[in-house]
Amino acid sequence: MTDLTELGIKAIREGVANGDFTAREVAEGFNAAVAAASELNAFIVATPDHALAAADAVDTKRAKGDDLGTMGGVPIGMKDLFATKGVQTTAASHILEGFEPQYESTVSQNLWDAGAGMLGKLNLDQFAMGSSNETSYFGNVVSPWRKSNGANTDMSPGGSSGGSAASVAARIVPAATGTDTGGSIRQPAAFAGITGIKPTYGRCSRWGVVAFASSLDQAGPMARSVEDCAIMLEAMAGFDPKDATSLKMEVPNWEAGLNADLKGKKIGIPKEYRMDGTDAEILESWEQGKEWLRDAGAEIVDISLPHTKYALPAYYIIAPAEASSNLARYDGVRYGLRDLPEGSGLQDMYAATRAAGFGDEVKRRVLIGTYVLSAGFYDAYYTQAQKIRTLVAQDFEKAWSQCDAILAPTTPTASFPLGSLSDDPLTMYLNDVFAVPASLAGLPAISVPAMLNSDGLPLGLQIIGKPFDEQGVLNAGLAMQQRANFDAQPEKWW
Amino acid sequence: MVSTYRIQGATGEWEVVIGLEVHAQVTSNAKLFSGASTEFGAEPNTQVSLVDAAMPGMLPVPNRECIRQAVRTGMAIEAQINKYSRFDRKNYFYADLPQGYQISQLYHPIVGEGQLLIDADEKAGIPEDKVIGIERIHIEQDAGKLMHDQHPTMSYVDLNRCGVALMEIVSRPDMTSPAEAGAYVRKLRSILRYVGSCDGNMEEGSMRADVNVSVRKVGDSELGTRTETKNVNSVRFVMQVIEHEANRQVDLIEDGGKVVQETRLFDVASGTTRSMRSKEDAHDYRYFPDPDLLPLELEDDFLADCRSSLPELPDAKRRRYETELGLTPYNARELTAEVETFARFETLLSAAALRIGKPEAEVATQVANWALSVAPGVLKSLGAEADPAHASAGAQAAILAMQDKGEISGGQAKEIYEIVLKTGRDPEEIADTEGLKQVSDTGAIETAIDDILANNQDKVEQYKGGKDKLFGFFVGQTMKAMQGKANPAVVNQILKDKLG
Repeated sequence: MTDLTELGIKAIREGVANGDFTAREVAEGFNAAVAAASELNAFIVATPDHALAAADAVDTKRAKGDDLGTMGGVPIGMKDLFATKGVQTTAASHILEGFEPQYESTVSQNLWDAGAGMLGKLNLDQFAMGSSNETSYFGNVVSPWRKSNGANTDMSPGGSSGGSAASVAARIVPAATGTDTGGSIRQPAAFAGITGIKPTYGRCSRWGVVAFASSLDQAGPMARSVEDCAIMLEAMAGFDPKDATSLKMEVPNWEAGLNADLKGKKIGIPKEYRMDGTDAEILESWEQGKEWLRDAGAEIVDISLPHTKYALPAYYIIAPAEASSNLARYDGVRYGLRDLPEGSGLQDMYAATRAAGFGDEVKRRVLIGTYVLSAGFYDAYYTQAQKIRTLVAQDFEKAWSQCDAILAPTTPTASFPLGSLSDDPLTMYLNDVFAVPASLAGLPAISVPAMLNSDGLPLGLQIIGKPFDEQGVLNAGLAMQQRANFDAQPEKWW
Repeated sequence: MVSTYRIQGATGEWEVVIGLEVHAQVTSNAKLFSGASTEFGAEPNTQVSLVDAAMPGMLPVPNRECIRQAVRTGMAIEAQINKYSRFDRKNYFYADLPQGYQISQLYHPIVGEGQLLIDADEKAGIPEDKVIGIERIHIEQDAGKLMHDQHPTMSYVDLNRCGVALMEIVSRPDMTSPAEAGAYVRKLRSILRYVGSCDGNMEEGSMRADVNVSVRKVGDSELGTRTETKNVNSVRFVMQVIEHEANRQVDLIEDGGKVVQETRLFDVASGTTRSMRSKEDAHDYRYFPDPDLLPLELEDDFLADCRSSLPELPDAKRRRYETELGLTPYNARELTAEVETFARFETLLSAAALRIGKPEAEVATQVANWALSVAPGVLKSLGAEADPAHASAGAQAAILAMQDKGEISGGQAKEIYEIVLKTGRDPEEIADTEGLKQVSDTGAIETAIDDILANNQDKVEQYKGGKDKLFGFFVGQTMKAMQGKANPAVVNQILKDKLG
């Protein structure tokens, strides 16, 4: 029998359905892989019993001849930003350490309803704020990838969904949930040589997802193939009356609609994404991507997204502004950490609790956000940033008259050694320069692995699509996947 | 038009300028953004949803009923209804505010410019009807409640009220006396209760006002610096606050001091206000659009539905009572001031008109007098002996009908109603068995009159000689002889006939 941990969502689902192996065998295999991979620090908590219980339920259904669900028998990793009932949910922050929600997020519930089980809660940047997974209170995740030069430098898995990316790449989970506020699915997917899609804003309910920046946060799957992402996104998505920003639209059958033939499609190449400082190999991979899409029948057209260079600065005003308000609820009054120094009052408790509970990057963003919303600064920062956001969205709207989807690099560089950027937040923020515009405009975007660079590290390519056109994004991604034949895996060192 | 209210200072006369921000709790079973109940008086923290407690990842979803009530209220004050409005977050830390922000509407409120008419009240110093401008109405969440008396060193938090929908109704600084402010609050309360958007219960905190007061020398055109006294929860207290603040500010200025823009608290026990915080330590609320909520866009169908569901409002009703029912302005105003009053009146009016067999307009004055003075008087005189449940419209209509036909006198009507209130018996049966009926039988009355005239020949002569006043004497003697049960109209007629 094949090593079950080599299998992705589709193969597991079919194997379980056909009786090639049981869901329990799959869960046991991945539970063991998770337990053996503690050096990656990808999990904050493992939940082997959850995975086994879900697997047993699927096996029982199969014995009865019942429908197993679109994710039947597939155990997954759950980013620890999703509230899971009775299972510690921390957002990788000390301030929520030990917090066990009485409720299940809509997205995770949708996955359990589709037959999936949970291997554990995955590590991430604290409150999803970071691009390297170094801001977690529970220690950084280590990428399974290492440079091919033989140096054993620990590399960053990217962030914030670093635990998700690392565990999918290391084959300790077949797939994982991620969330993407300004690239937090796509950038780590690119760093880890896996596939991840952020759907249109509103496709996946935000109910039960610890909020970072509400107008940008969007959940999505991270998996080993475009097909697996299509299957899992279909299970996660759907209108939720509990989220006022949820899209009131039917979820298309993306899996069934997959089609790598791009004849008649136009793919736009935005000239503004050719930025100073972009790695030469990234630009090479971009050229390669054009070839693949052309080969799949698409026409490549040059387009312009003139406000691209303002997107990142605008993002770093809007996201912290929302975060500074969203994180006000962590005050030590009702749940989570409470630091109440002897004889102190309410204000002292707030100060002590938040000082002890939040990490440096979280504090930095809360301070930035508070500053840009303050009287006298609001118009100069927040209002201007919102105007830019509108202009960025208009850039895309204009582009759709010329093309059906946009091809761009996912990141300006490959993964970097852990610690190499931690003193340089601005360079760190630049990681998301290609990811942020689609986030500001709420557009669906996927990252698929393209190739390894000369250091032996993966590079990803990004497809950005029209609103609600996840199908077009998945299809273009599939066309690239079929031509890239990316089958590299990190050499197991953990 | 100008109010005569003045503060007599050492340096001359001062006038006062008042604006009110009234917080009215929206009548709705569920909170503004969560499904939790809004019932008053429940055990602490039993009406708190995950959203109200601001658990991680919880999201607000607007309650359509609250939006509807705010729109209907806006329509009732003839205000601009904004088809596009938006929710903003008002950020500050406090233990009764789990989210760390209040969801409110700063930049784009749901209701814009409107107005309200306060009625002339000579006695209170309001010489004429006066229009008070309303700047806006927005919807927002209420906060929870801190309890400081439960533990020696800790404060407890009750989140039951947290997230309950409030309308903040902001007036223009158009009021110039405590009486006007009192009339404004009463009128606003009346409108809210007509519309059904707020129960107006000030004791339970369903309605409370922030009172903005400033003073200036009579004749000055510039406004003085204002203070804002928070959370005043009765009409009387609103008037007290203004009285006290105006005098305090005048004294302060005349003593060479300056009024500081600040938030003040009203102390009920002493009837005074004290400083809570000044503008310098005011919060920076960092308002910004709530990204969890899409802008509210009201559709024409929704607005049409809101409008068609509006009842006849106090001013229109009052005008109709005067023009169509022919009531006096006083009666019309009294009857339309409260929902319960007009509802009782209209039920009784329709029952009485039916029973009497005349159009409503012809019996309205009689019914209004009964409803405003006779019936309440009887009820009050009986005190605990009366069972208000017996005060049915049917019974009262029956009494009014007997009176209209001349079967009973006004005094008998009261007596019958007393028995009805005590026992619930049928009014007509009471009139029969208790002998509470007037005699209209001309034969019996004629006999009595003939006897009286025969026994008082001298007075008959004097009357015929021009002493008209003696007519009353004959009426009195006749009524006495008839034991007060004769129909006075019949007595008058026969006496006139006989005396020539």
